[in-house]
Amino acid sequence: MLDKVIFFFFAGVAILSAGLMVTRRNAIHSAVFLITTLMATAGIFLQLRAEFIFIAQIILYVGGIMVLFIFVIMLVRLDVALHQIQFSRQKWVALLVTVALALEVGVMLWSSRKVPGQGFLLPNAVPAAGLPANTEALADSLFKAYLLPFEIVSVLLLVAMVGAVVMAKKRT
Amino acid sequence: MQDDAAQNQTLLGADELVLNMGPQHPSTHGVLRVKLKLDGERVRGTECVIGYLHRGVEKIAENRTYQQFAPYVDRMDYVAAVSNGLGYCEAVEKLLNVEAPPRAKVIRTIMTELQRIASHLIWLGTHALDIGALTPLFYCLREREEILKIFEKYCGARLTTHAFRIGGLQYETYDSFEKDVERFCKDFERRIQEYVDLLTGNSIWIGRTRNVGVLSAEDCIALGASGPVLRASGVKWDLRKAQPYAAYEQYKFEIPVGTNGDTYDRYMVRMEEMRQSRLICLQAIGNIPAGPIMGKVGKVLKPPAGEIYHSIEAPKGILGYYIVSDGTSQPYRVRIRPPSFINLQALDKMARGHLVADVVAIIGTLDIVLGEVDR
Amino acid sequence: MHPNLQALLVFVQNWWVELVSGVVIVAVVPLITGYLVLMERKLMADMQARLGPMRVGPHGLLQPIADAVKLLIKEDIIPDNADRFVFWLAPVVSMTAALTAMGAIAFGPSFLVARDINVGLLFVIGVSSLGLFGIVLGGWASNSHYSIMGALRSTAQLVSYETAAGLALVSGLLLAGTLKIRAIVQMQESLGVWFVFLAPVAFFIYVVASIAETNRAPFDLPEAESELVAGYMTEYSGFRWACYFLGEYANMIVVGAVATTLFLGGWLRPFPNVHWMNWLDVLPALSIAAVGAYCVYRAGKQPARVQVWFMWGVALACLATALILAAPLYGPLSFLQPGLHGAFWFLLKISAYIYLFMWLRFTLPRYRFDQLMHLGWYILIPLAIVNVLAVGVAMILETEYGWNRWLALVVTTAFTLAAALFLLRLNDKRSATASSAAPPEEPTTEDSYAG
Repeated sequence: MLDKVIFFFFAGVAILSAGLMVTRRNAIHSAVFLITTLMATAGIFLQLRAEFIFIAQIILYVGGIMVLFIFVIMLVRLDVALHQIQFSRQKWVALLVTVALALEVGVMLWSSRKVPGQGFLLPNAVPAAGLPANTEALADSLFKAYLLPFEIVSVLLLVAMVGAVVMAKKRT
Repeated sequence: MQDDAAQNQTLLGADELVLNMGPQHPSTHGVLRVKLKLDGERVRGTECVIGYLHRGVEKIAENRTYQQFAPYVDRMDYVAAVSNGLGYCEAVEKLLNVEAPPRAKVIRTIMTELQRIASHLIWLGTHALDIGALTPLFYCLREREEILKIFEKYCGARLTTHAFRIGGLQYETYDSFEKDVERFCKDFERRIQEYVDLLTGNSIWIGRTRNVGVLSAEDCIALGASGPVLRASGVKWDLRKAQPYAAYEQYKFEIPVGTNGDTYDRYMVRMEEMRQSRLICLQAIGNIPAGPIMGKVGKVLKPPAGEIYHSIEAPKGILGYYIVSDGTSQPYRVRIRPPSFINLQALDKMARGHLVADVVAIIGTLDIVLGEVDR
Repeated sequence: MHPNLQALLVFVQNWWVELVSGVVIVAVVPLITGYLVLMERKLMADMQARLGPMRVGPHGLLQPIADAVKLLIKEDIIPDNADRFVFWLAPVVSMTAALTAMGAIAFGPSFLVARDINVGLLFVIGVSSLGLFGIVLGGWASNSHYSIMGALRSTAQLVSYETAAGLALVSGLLLAGTLKIRAIVQMQESLGVWFVFLAPVAFFIYVVASIAETNRAPFDLPEAESELVAGYMTEYSGFRWACYFLGEYANMIVVGAVATTLFLGGWLRPFPNVHWMNWLDVLPALSIAAVGAYCVYRAGKQPARVQVWFMWGVALACLATALILAAPLYGPLSFLQPGLHGAFWFLLKISAYIYLFMWLRFTLPRYRFDQLMHLGWYILIPLAIVNVLAVGVAMILETEYGWNRWLALVVTTAFTLAAALFLLRLNDKRSATASSAAPPEEPTTEDSYAG
């Protein structure tokens, strides 16, 4: 019962914020609603007992990426772009694509209802107390089974950082 | 203010911005308005707009007698009123060809040196406050309180003292004058050590003041800068030694000189000047000659027609009085050479190329008082 | 009974402690923050040879109440072109982040708001870092170029020092082996030593980084009044400004709590496991009784009757607190000991930490912004990385090669200090060649005083 209430609360906030995000004119308002969407999703992660993903979402997505978004929005003056009606002619294309995607997702969800053990909204998973601790389990798999991909991703991030610094440095 | 120029650029436009600082601002030490031309964070030029405190002192002088004008002089550099009074009284005495008696000269010297310490204390407190150190201000005010108490006991006023008269002094020193001054000077060594402990070796302080606002010796002389600003750039010029007045010839003291001409050197020079002033006071207190305190001056002063220029080493720099007399009891013209006004011209040279946050430190290190800049 | 109603009752039955604690935090922390501001003003006054607020209430003790009332009844000024939604939102975010972060902190073995969440420490750090949205949105909403610049600078400072703080915490976490708050303190209890003695460099880095995190002096250029660039708080007046301030002081408490939990042993007394040091258990009651005795002594010297009664009141309150703290020492009541004494030691440590913050604010001048970033990126972050390496190596030496733990840590700390000296020497050389003044100016004939 409590589970349902919490889930629907977070899900409702997420959907509402997402809707608000795509309909705002002001870019900063959109960014704020994206933040609330991300935090609601993090809440759902927490409810699924994935605490590390929950906090990683908050620290990285909200505390890192959204800060970057907001910096960019502030540093680039959007007034000019705001007053240009650029995308009005693509309304119908967008609607078409949205309907197609919604149909696809709906068909996929409908067809999986009959597959045993892979349904949705079936709360017959492992009871919470029996789950391994999320952080430890994640660390286990990351540093034992998936060590090589982890290192490759680290090198990738390093390359990205070095590239960003090199590109941003002024030619003095 | 800059909206028209900013139409076609991003928010951090690379063109020049003009940032207005003052006249109401916590750090401009009075009503000073500085227009900064910025290129991003760097200062490309400054323009000072002054005159917010102009009171027409020099014009007023033409309609007052010489004695009546003396209190006006205090209100110029209101932080160091006694020095202003000393310069004026000595200038008029030169015009009258009268000399103050030795006792008056020594007492004048003691008061002026105490005033130098008080002025430097205000400078130190406010300068440190601008750079972010909150505490030295209160310690400096605590010391200054002692000096102002001495002044109050002597002449009844703390700030605008009108301590001296043309020809000498009006008031005899009060009973515990020597004891008070001696006690203050003995205490003061320990207090200076407190300021040194807080600031001199502090790496944040050094980082904020080293190489900030460098003024070379040639620039100083070309701009006419004087006082600690000049001495910190390496020029050993102090009117107390070069053209001695009052009783300075009798005392042994050093003239501190800096090397780099940056804010840190100006800080060190003024700290050392406070120490030297203390030494002068201690030497003077030991033997104040007995005798009259007023010279042979009539009640109505009518100096012979002529002109005189007399300058003294005020705490801010060289303070000069150019007085033209036409034989009547009111001067024909009194022109004051204000050290802060002339030092302020160096602001542009010093601030160029620095960051905006340094401008506050540079204005503080020039030690300007707007009463003197604007008169 | 309706099943939903029953479910609700079960929920309240299971979670009432957490709910009440949450309400207590939101209600009490603003008051505590107000008194923290008064404490700062009194300490500042004491270090500056003056008295501080004395008028409002005895010795100024009602000053925070007066300030709060004043701020609440002030006119709410919103700049003309400001974005109203964001203008409203920014201080709220700042305060909410700080208060939420307090939810996961354990003040004693059984005093905590949330159930001991598995990623407790990370939660506190992550949520408290959301406060920077309050800053950046606040600067934006003020609709002034210089407010935005100030906000961006403040945010850049926060983000840089968060990295250093996080790395310093990682060194501590290597020793703790877990992110759960209670487990960290229990690890310190079982090892018998606070982690500050095992990883002192990490603690030092965390102290410096946390001062920058909370925008306190000497890192408070973005919000200093005597600077030219207006800070992000300029356009906020009245209660909105109070929310920002509250957020800043609550952040100080959070940061102090994290440092205390990870490095200073949380609710443990000094020498927690050493049996012959059990006499230290007397200290809580004794110290508060000493304060009470001092109040009695001063009561005789007060000039006004009201002040005498007030001092006696304070003395009685101290005595009562001392009795409560001494109660667990009496046999049958010893089950109270971990809770009460734990809370005392925890609060004492946080207070010492915050006292250090305030002390540094009154003593040190302010760093310029580029010097601040230089310190963060060129000195603190490399040092923190080296420290993580060193502590990791120490742990390997202990577990794989059987070294004595203390020996391993002393050796690696010495290595880290050597690295720190090297970094400082390197930076001195670098800053000696490049001074803050710009590249030498080409002599221009332009005279900015002309015309």
